[in-house]
Amino acid sequence: MPDTDTRKALLEVDDVTIRFGGVSALESVSFDIKEGEILGLIGPNGAGKTTCFNVMTGVYQATSGQIRFDGRPLAKMKRFQITKLGIARTFQNIRLFKSMTALENVLVGVDANSKVGLFNALLRTPLHRRTEAESIEAAYALLDFVGVGGRANELAENLSYGDQRRLEIARAMGTRPKLLCLDEPAAGFNPAEKQRLMDLIRKVRDDGYTVLLIEHDMRLVMGVTDRVVVLEFGRKIAEGPPAEIRDDPAVIAAYLGVDDEDAS
Amino acid sequence: MSTTAPGSTRSSRRSGRPLQIQLPSFLRSRLSRVVMIALGVLLAYALPLIQPPFITTPASDFGGVMASAASFALVALGLNIVIGYAGLLDLGYVGFYAVGAYTTGVLTSQHGHWPFFLVLPCAMIVTTVSGLMLGAPAIRVRGDYLAIVTLGFGEIISLVAKNTPWLGSAAGIKNIPPPPSIGPDPIGTDQDGLFQIPHLAWNGLVPSVDNLHKTPFLTFGVLDAIPYYWLILTFILVVLVADMMVNNSRVGRAWEATREDEDAAELMGVPTFRYKLLAFMLGAAIGGLAGSLLAAGQGGFISPDAFPLLLSMLFVAAVIIGGAGNRWGAILGGVLVAYLPERFRTLSDYRLLIFGLSLMVIVTFRPQGILPPRRTRRALRAQAEVEELEGEVIDA
Amino acid sequence: MDFGFLFSHFAELTITGLALGAIYALVALGYTMVYGVLQLINFAHSEVFMYGTFATAWVAVFVHGTTSVSQGLGGTLGLLGLCAIVAMVTSAAVALLVERLAYRPLIRRGSPKLVILISSIGASFSLAEIMGLRDKFAGWFGLQDNLESYVAQARNVYSSPVTVDPHKVFEFAGYGVTDIDLLVIGAALGMMFALDVIVRRTRLGRGIRSVAQDPEAAALMGVNSTSVIRTTFLIGGLMAGAAATLYMLRIGTTRQDAGFLIGVKAFTAAVMGGIGNLRGALIGGLLLGVMENWGSAVFGTQWKDVVTFVLLVLILLVRPTGILGESLGKARA
Repeated sequence: MPDTDTRKALLEVDDVTIRFGGVSALESVSFDIKEGEILGLIGPNGAGKTTCFNVMTGVYQATSGQIRFDGRPLAKMKRFQITKLGIARTFQNIRLFKSMTALENVLVGVDANSKVGLFNALLRTPLHRRTEAESIEAAYALLDFVGVGGRANELAENLSYGDQRRLEIARAMGTRPKLLCLDEPAAGFNPAEKQRLMDLIRKVRDDGYTVLLIEHDMRLVMGVTDRVVVLEFGRKIAEGPPAEIRDDPAVIAAYLGVDDEDAS
Repeated sequence: MSTTAPGSTRSSRRSGRPLQIQLPSFLRSRLSRVVMIALGVLLAYALPLIQPPFITTPASDFGGVMASAASFALVALGLNIVIGYAGLLDLGYVGFYAVGAYTTGVLTSQHGHWPFFLVLPCAMIVTTVSGLMLGAPAIRVRGDYLAIVTLGFGEIISLVAKNTPWLGSAAGIKNIPPPPSIGPDPIGTDQDGLFQIPHLAWNGLVPSVDNLHKTPFLTFGVLDAIPYYWLILTFILVVLVADMMVNNSRVGRAWEATREDEDAAELMGVPTFRYKLLAFMLGAAIGGLAGSLLAAGQGGFISPDAFPLLLSMLFVAAVIIGGAGNRWGAILGGVLVAYLPERFRTLSDYRLLIFGLSLMVIVTFRPQGILPPRRTRRALRAQAEVEELEGEVIDA
Repeated sequence: MDFGFLFSHFAELTITGLALGAIYALVALGYTMVYGVLQLINFAHSEVFMYGTFATAWVAVFVHGTTSVSQGLGGTLGLLGLCAIVAMVTSAAVALLVERLAYRPLIRRGSPKLVILISSIGASFSLAEIMGLRDKFAGWFGLQDNLESYVAQARNVYSSPVTVDPHKVFEFAGYGVTDIDLLVIGAALGMMFALDVIVRRTRLGRGIRSVAQDPEAAALMGVNSTSVIRTTFLIGGLMAGAAATLYMLRIGTTRQDAGFLIGVKAFTAAVMGGIGNLRGALIGGLLLGVMENWGSAVFGTQWKDVVTFVLLVLILLVRPTGILGESLGKARA
């Protein structure tokens, strides 16, 4: 597909392969995420979506190939450094800090950019007080933004399922990412909640974030993304705007589980 | 790129807050809280003078028991940072205790005559560095291996002390001078001090002033353990405040997040390794502080036998029984572990057995310890803090 | 440092080191098997071993009374066999008790590792103290006189009345290899071999390996993980009991805290060979025994334990997966 988009690529996945033992989880996958867009990454179960995610956030190292963020290669970088560089994520199976309050969860994210450390905290310097106040302010704002402001001081584990998912988004946004990666954020949502989530994702994008969305739910992906990359068995089988993807026979085959011979 | 967070609307937040629990008005005022805390601290200092009935230890010197309980509490506070906050199982904490004590012994008696209050920070620096040297490689390996590495460390330290003539070998180090006294120098056993504070004597529940037993202010001598208790208590208070400051900041949040879910914390930008190492080093520093106070304590004598690995296990027991992650729990645990066997002398033969069994029972039936970390209460406190901070920001 | 002694006594140091290492290896099996299945260090395993040493000594006292006897290996084989059986049963029983009280309730609840670790430390403490207070407990029941030769002065060193005189069997590089050396090494190797066969060839072994590899999948395939865990504790206990008898044959004395040092060393051996790996435990044990002997020849015996601990720390830091690598599950059939 010719690249007509003039926007700068924020993240470039360049011919990335990952093997576990003898099994390839990703096989020379390449795609870009452009600044300010919402990119959907879809595919049937086991297609390698989460693996792709994990290699982008430093959980796995690519066997070969390269991932560049803002032009800088991510290989060998520690996970927290990647986060500080500007990639934040949520988790498919919610992984909040359960015994911390909603506010504290977001604060952990906000702290990623905090300059104060042990000695400022120990001596309660003016800088520490100011930073802390700003962090709390920012965290509250994020909680309001995703719609859990009212439960800021409840323990994360006591929040409803939907609120926990939204809290994960707020926590990830707390790190002030350039790229926000959402791993199946709508899993377990009812249609009304999905609608609200789509609105939220658009709002996030409008606020200047670039979003990578891994999702199972086709309707949600088609409704909110600007562009879609489709994976199957660790390979990229299609890429393009949602409308095109919807009619792509390879994608349909992949999703319906039709054998290649039958589809052709 | 949005740097300030989007969509900040104050009103939505205010309206959405849960109801605040109303404290009685006299507790809400700041002044009364300060007064309460001051009274509590005063009581803690006066405890060995008061010698309360039931609590006092008839079979042994109550001041000495209090000093050793305080010493345990200080150690437990330090170990609580490692086990409770960072979730690292350190079974060789006695090693840091010993390093602190030996640094003090070497610098004040064995190979130098440095003043105590110069040696104290030195001992803390030495233990912090040893914590760094042990922790930096050890924390990288799997969590439960750390337990074994630290166990090995604790044993190495005491074996090295036992086999090194420079450290006094098995005989240990004698004549470690006590901390400097205030007031006239004590001559022999005549302990003057600036003034003398009488103890209380109890006849049933009726107190009377006991003028036969007085504690000089402030003489670190061989007869009266109470000044040593005061010194340790002072350090406990300092450590306690520092502990609160550190734990109620991003450092504490990072520790808790790491303990909850290390991978998630790392992906939220927390350098988990560094924070674990920090906890390990802070714990080591406090262990060194306690060790230093032990060396300069009543008697002024340390030997390798004073630091058996068993002591490490008692420290761990103190933290777990009291409630890992709760500083008050750690203090309580430390006091219990040191005090109960003295109060109930008939039990002292069985004390290790009792602690062993209670470790099993506690982790099975009440894994959070006697005083669990107060999470729900903390939520409310966080809210109060926020309002205070907001007030300042708005004013500024 | 004295390398001269090391070289002049090289064969002796090596062979006695191997005999010592064989004992470590047997104890190490208990750590390795439990770790392989649960990914947890069984801190109470040192006490499992210690109870075996007491069982051995008690059997000897029961048979011979407290008067010291000294005889050759040939005349004691029957007694040794009896001691070994009782010690193995005792250690296995203690191991099962530890599993039942310190592990199972917590595993069932899905407690975090740290909590289970602390529970096993509590168990270790309690077991050691129960042994160290046995005179008091006997006193509760008025039995301190009847049982005097078993419980008196519980915190002191307790020795077996039977001393076995070693006999030189053949000469090797200037050192007369004794029948005790051969028995210890031979018995340990034999048991390890039998265990290796069991784990690799039998249904029981497959169960253990499957739980080690993937507990959830094993449960789905109908493997009863509770019973597999119990079995690993049982086997570990049996091996520790055998090790205890061999230990008493060589050392002759024990105490309520005798398990600690052997425990740490056996754990070191297990880690050295690759924890979770049965053959690794053997190699690690033998290697550690030999290195310890060489180390104490070079640095002096008072540094012997320091050598072990430094070795442990270094191995964990440099190669935490050990010489042969980890995993009971991957042991190929």
